[in-house]
Amino acid sequence: AENEPSWETPCTKLLVYVSTPGCDGFPSLESNESYKLSVSKGSMLLSAETIWGALRGLETFSQLVGRDENGTYYINETEIVDFPRFPHRGLLLDTSRHYLPLKAILETLDVMAYNKFNVFHWHIVDDPSFPYESSTFPELSKQGAFNAMTHVYTASDVRSVIEYARLRGIRVIAEFDTPGHTLSWGPGAPGLLTPCYIGKAPSGVYGPINPIVNSTYEFVTSLFQEVSAVFPDFFLHLGGDEVDFTCWKSNPEIRAFMVEMGLGQDYKKLESFYIQRLLDIVSSLGKGYIVWQEVFDNDVKLRPDTIIHVWKENNLQYLNEMANITRSGYRALLSAPWYLNRISYGQDWIEAYKVEPLMFEGAPEQKALVIGGEACMWGEYVDVTNLTPRLW
Amino acid sequence: RYYEYIFGHSRRRTWGRRPLAARAEPELFQLQVVIEAADPGCDRHPQLASSEAYHLTVTEPVAILKAPEVWGALRGLETFSQLVHEDDCGSFLVNESEINDFPRFAHRGVLLDTSRHYLPLKSILINLDAMAFNKFNVLHWHIVDDQSFPYQSIYFPELSDKGAYSSNLIYTPTDVRLVIEYARLRGIRVIPEFDTPGHTQSWGKGQKDLLTPCYNGGQPTGSFGPVNPVWNTTYDFMTKFFKEISSVFPDEFIHLGGDEVDFSCWKSNPEVKEFMKKQGFGIDYAKLESYYVQNILDIVSSYNKGQMVWQEVFDHKAQLKPDTVVQVWMANNYARELSRVTGAGFTAVLSAPWYLDYISYGQDWKKYYSVEPLNFSGSEEQKKLLIGGEACLWGEFVDATNLTPRLWPRASAVGERLWSSSNVTNLQDAYKRLTNHRCRML
Repeated sequence: AENEPSWETPCTKLLVYVSTPGCDGFPSLESNESYKLSVSKGSMLLSAETIWGALRGLETFSQLVGRDENGTYYINETEIVDFPRFPHRGLLLDTSRHYLPLKAILETLDVMAYNKFNVFHWHIVDDPSFPYESSTFPELSKQGAFNAMTHVYTASDVRSVIEYARLRGIRVIAEFDTPGHTLSWGPGAPGLLTPCYIGKAPSGVYGPINPIVNSTYEFVTSLFQEVSAVFPDFFLHLGGDEVDFTCWKSNPEIRAFMVEMGLGQDYKKLESFYIQRLLDIVSSLGKGYIVWQEVFDNDVKLRPDTIIHVWKENNLQYLNEMANITRSGYRALLSAPWYLNRISYGQDWIEAYKVEPLMFEGAPEQKALVIGGEACMWGEYVDVTNLTPRLW
Repeated sequence: RYYEYIFGHSRRRTWGRRPLAARAEPELFQLQVVIEAADPGCDRHPQLASSEAYHLTVTEPVAILKAPEVWGALRGLETFSQLVHEDDCGSFLVNESEINDFPRFAHRGVLLDTSRHYLPLKSILINLDAMAFNKFNVLHWHIVDDQSFPYQSIYFPELSDKGAYSSNLIYTPTDVRLVIEYARLRGIRVIPEFDTPGHTQSWGKGQKDLLTPCYNGGQPTGSFGPVNPVWNTTYDFMTKFFKEISSVFPDEFIHLGGDEVDFSCWKSNPEVKEFMKKQGFGIDYAKLESYYVQNILDIVSSYNKGQMVWQEVFDHKAQLKPDTVVQVWMANNYARELSRVTGAGFTAVLSAPWYLDYISYGQDWKKYYSVEPLNFSGSEEQKKLLIGGEACLWGEFVDATNLTPRLWPRASAVGERLWSSSNVTNLQDAYKRLTNHRCRML
């Protein structure tokens, strides 16, 4: 039934105008997400430079529409000019500690879009499991997944995620974390991980990727060749965090290598040796890379366009880290105060909200190197039964 | 429903395998359930004194589950369902077993708070299912509080009309009956809590002249405090209200609350101050609180209901009935409180170490599991007065979107602590069984 309008004339159309075509492309770090929204009598116009801005504007528009007691949808006259402060606004999901079914990932992408997130950082494999089905190395998931039939991401699954994300203006940055965090790689890639020793004999236990054998670099080249083709984003996350040196130290071949290369007792140098070669491989594949902060902290030689991911949280130390990274001319990504897996009682959203990423000493050009941040939902205690209420 | 639990999620069904050929092992054809008492209790409600013991013999061709009362049979069915497992080919297997089981503590409860956030019926029922999987036998329904009054009262419909969050966020008499029956079929008692005199802001919306008007400088401020203990109308109301509650909820006990009473409003009110003088309470407002509580205890007693109260009622020295159950919730030095409560001859229920709403990162189930309820100083008789405990999930930050993953399987640790023998304490073993149990519950 028609109500007697106490409102203005009804609006029936939201015109969306995008100046640069690009609906078939992928969003990138440089994408322009700005938009203008004009709502006035009889006309509603959303205009944006790119389709990515239009998506953000659509989300805003959807939040402006209200419904009154009669069920009538209404919207206030509005003039909005909006654009993001930081271009990299990400969310990390961990599908190794616990497998997350495709539906859970897609649902997360939906909620990310409601919150204008634009990067899905897929920490896809780690110590506990290897769910990524590799076409080059099918044994990796066959031997390394929790269940090779039910707890894997097929090539089709991965494509679904990438496309679902793209349609929401979300970049998918895959992380294949090495040389640590790789226990699940071992069963499907014999000879890849370092055999640990007790005295003169192998203990049967394995450690990080073995950095001294050529086969490692052949393997890594092939794997990242595939990964670079599968994931269209310019950036890959290469990990590089929390490398435990004990196993390397225990291995006589590695100890010999250290002597041979004149690295002394400094295993950080061995780690750097591996990482540098990895970075070169990935560069030659035409990809940029993001690494966890240890790679920077341990003085690895990095390309100038490397992005350093700050995660260590110790009494606001992360602000110093951000200062150091940007002072050295690298771009920085902040996650340290946003480890959402670390739950606590009460309204902890307030602490996360109060974070000011640029609260460190530095020139404006330095601060411009902070490209954004990521909320992290590590999976040690998270699976599909509790992901959504824990994250949102 | 246990048939469905055991065989319903068959891998064979989901993988569409053909029926199996005959196997060499002995086959179990039947589980016979025998209830020994002349009156098995199937039509009645479980009580504190009900027997939950059972004897389970699994052997071919017929397994026998014997229990004195139907409540024990329910516990035994749950155990049996946990013994049956499916192998990779889709065959269901169970080991030959002989089990003689009974709970260590008779009161094993979960508290749900439906006032801070309304919980839809479905949420409550799912939770009752989970409780049954963990042999919990008491639902402590903290149904109303400051924030909202979702209980639809027959005598006082305005209470929920004005006090609920909205007209559809209420529990009708039908809803309440459903919860009670659903619980009963799982051997779970429903103990409602109508917490007074504090925690009653929402009552004042639908019941004029129940709460104490607060004063500032001789003038009412417009805000209200706890229930007014000096007016006769208060007790007239409570008499009628608890008459309804006593008939709606069949359990022998009603929880009357009595926690966290803020005296500042009473102190500001001239009538209350006058009353204090007349009664000779001096400036000890705990005496006024006890005066109020004693009256309520008398009212509820007259309806032949036992009473449960929070520890403050005992701490502030109100005169309790001999069978009043005191619920110990304050975390600081709760062992000492248990000694005091049982030392004074009262029955106690422990919640202090089991506030599951206090979430924290990591495997906190371990700290709940490691609680030894009888670790307090007292004689043998005293320790018998600790009848059990309750895991509490207060609702400030909980609603239907996160209730289940927040409560479970953490509450399972409490469930085992309250049912199993005191020497079942190995964390590694518990971890293995808990992870299996969690998958089973899913």
